[in-house]
Amino acid sequence: MSKREWPLWEIFIRGQHGLAHRHVGSLHAPDAEMAMKNARDVYTRRNEGLSIWIVPSDAIVASSPAKKGPYFEPANTKAYRHPTFFNIPDEVGSM
Amino acid sequence: MTRAEQENIRRYVLRLGDNTLILGQQVSAWCGHAPVLEEDIALANVALDLIGQATNWLNYAAQLSSEETTADNLAFLRDEREFTNLLLTEQPDKSYAHSIMRQFLFDSWHYPMLKALMMSKDCVISEIATKSSKEVAYHLERSTELVISLGCGTDTSYGLMQDALNDLWRFTGELCEADALDNEILSIGIGPDLIEINNEFQSHIKEVFSLSTLTVPENTPMRLGGKSGIHSEAMGPILTTMQHLQRAYPGVSW
Repeated sequence: MSKREWPLWEIFIRGQHGLAHRHVGSLHAPDAEMAMKNARDVYTRRNEGLSIWIVPSDAIVASSPAKKGPYFEPANTKAYRHPTFFNIPDEVGSM
Repeated sequence: MTRAEQENIRRYVLRLGDNTLILGQQVSAWCGHAPVLEEDIALANVALDLIGQATNWLNYAAQLSSEETTADNLAFLRDEREFTNLLLTEQPDKSYAHSIMRQFLFDSWHYPMLKALMMSKDCVISEIATKSSKEVAYHLERSTELVISLGCGTDTSYGLMQDALNDLWRFTGELCEADALDNEILSIGIGPDLIEINNEFQSHIKEVFSLSTLTVPENTPMRLGGKSGIHSEAMGPILTTMQHLQRAYPGVSW
């Protein structure tokens, strides 16, 4: 009989007010409440966080690594899409 | 403060420190051995919290002492009869269920104790209690949820938790049994009335055991003695491990 693992959860931590939650890793837990506690214990023990989001890993729809070419490479050669071809008047200051 | 009062406060603070030191030492033994990785890290966090609290209590006990001493000396150079931790804290990790049940019973007592000690007239005690209470609020939340999950889990997990409760219940009488020092400390406004702590302890565990389908054993003769230094057979091996380095190499440091 194969060992049944607890479901996998993805953990997102917000470091400071005003910043977005960032993906920090994943962990196993039997339910959402335990996942929250485990996330607190595994990922915030060095004062990393002010807020935790957890998401069941199987709820995440991910792009396929095999589609890297058609999905992302066409953008490589289109530098004109970056707004770097404007002269910003000095009075505007730093943007 | 009279000298007698200071001595009573020192002995009381030492008890608080011994509880967290011995339990912290016990829990730390799970590091690298817990059933799953996440639990390993969580238990190591709890152990570190408890040892941090012990450091604060023992530092203060050393300050109140009439003799020159340090928190390290109190932890590593006292003999078994001089330790005044509750018998519950020294009970062995027979299984993971035992460790979780021991933690739950201790946390259910520890949290109301710290809430009450935050009102202590002694401002160092109240500050240490305030700092510790945030850590212990989390310990209690975690151990409560684990007891409910494991109690309502499989037949195996239920059986292991009920065995652990049957085994450990006899050490809970001591938690809220006031002795002369507890009464003295209450009368000078330093520590809480253990009758009130007992009410909170009983109401929390009653609720959790009902949710977790576990049953408290009836007519259990309660074991006392830890507070006065009369320990169970588990205590010797704990001190042997914990004090080995300082006993074998006196004064060693790094």
